[in-house]
Amino acid sequence: MNKIPPLLYGCFLALCSANCSAEGKILATPGVSQIEGSGGGGIVPWAQLAGYATEESISVSAACSRVTVQDFSLDSCALQANLYDKIELSYAKQNFEVTPLKLNLKQNIIGAKINLFGDLVYSTIPQVSLGIQSKKLKTSDVAFSLGAKKDAGTDVYIAASKLHLGFINGYNWLWNVTARHTKSNELGLLGFGGAHEKKKIQLEVSSAILLNRHLALGVEFRQKPDNLNLGEDHWKDIFIAWFPNKHLSVTLAYVDLGSIAAIDKQTGWYLSTMWYL
Amino acid sequence: MKTGIANMKKSIILMLLMSCLACSSPSGNIDSHINSHNSEQTQPSLYEKMGGKPALDNIIDNLINIIGQDDVVFAHFAQSNVTRFKDQLTVFLCHLADGPCQYKGDSMEDIHQGMYINKNEFNHFVELFIEAMDAADISYPIQNLLLARLAPLRKTIIKM
Repeated sequence: MNKIPPLLYGCFLALCSANCSAEGKILATPGVSQIEGSGGGGIVPWAQLAGYATEESISVSAACSRVTVQDFSLDSCALQANLYDKIELSYAKQNFEVTPLKLNLKQNIIGAKINLFGDLVYSTIPQVSLGIQSKKLKTSDVAFSLGAKKDAGTDVYIAASKLHLGFINGYNWLWNVTARHTKSNELGLLGFGGAHEKKKIQLEVSSAILLNRHLALGVEFRQKPDNLNLGEDHWKDIFIAWFPNKHLSVTLAYVDLGSIAAIDKQTGWYLSTMWYL
Repeated sequence: MKTGIANMKKSIILMLLMSCLACSSPSGNIDSHINSHNSEQTQPSLYEKMGGKPALDNIIDNLINIIGQDDVVFAHFAQSNVTRFKDQLTVFLCHLADGPCQYKGDSMEDIHQGMYINKNEFNHFVELFIEAMDAADISYPIQNLLLARLAPLRKTIIKM
């Protein structure tokens, strides 16, 4: 289990004492925490902010996830604060295990997201947010040996999301499209940039159906750059998320991560738990 | 690169398929095809699908009971005439669900003017309404269809 800095934790608790009975949104609509700590699906940051806060309240959430594929696994834990459903602050720690080499790569990510306009459920236009993820790779040797230029980088993304009530035969349909400016190789775990940098804007898409108030079934796709010329693949997953109440969610996904560090056919499972205050 | 594009295509197809569940809606397109040579006979209204007047009365009775026990929104209703509220809301929802009623009462803006309802209170009320529909055994898809018609009203209700 990753350790979250106590100071940050203290800050969140202090914020929380202000007003933390945030239960303003409809169950499941804020989504979960993605692997880089932002509110979203499993791999894509969404326009909605983490947690159930609305304009009048603050919410705090935490999540831990594990992805296990043939030759790798990724553990990640994150904390989010949602301030008045306007600003989301997040912090995530990732631990990437390269099983064949018995090697661990570690990265920390500080994120922020601001809701520009729109409301996921109630406006006719989609909810649109602008976000950043500032990443610092702690273990840079492998990244540099593979040709990465830097051990730190910042992704900037713009995301649009909409929940259409009753859209699919009475079932609610959610979609999200995110455009991300990034130089991150495998999220940044293999550093940033490289000799084969080309186009830097990557597209990410999610689509989900709420089967009932507590269950969401969806798919995600995340385009990724191949700066290191290792055949870095786009990611995709199919997920089911369970929201028993406004304090807990559990997400299970089947993921296809393609080729990682030139090792092909990395498919496996993703399990994530999120707690909401 | 080629496999990347192929994979991307596959994912896009999968997503389109998911969104296309809408196209294969049994109570949507198929019914309207069957009925198309019988042009005047349209599919049942949302009001009929939810169970008509008995269901609506049931929802509203439940809602009034729930509001009466709720700390957050009760204050907004404390001054209301319950009988009038009930009658007006019945006609309003019946009209909204394409039932055989014509709502001629005050606009949502006029009713909520000066109440300073915030988003938390509004969303909380939506949840109470869902609770009332649950207690009336309204199915999840029908609840969503009714909520879809109520959702656009939020801008006329909050912070007036």
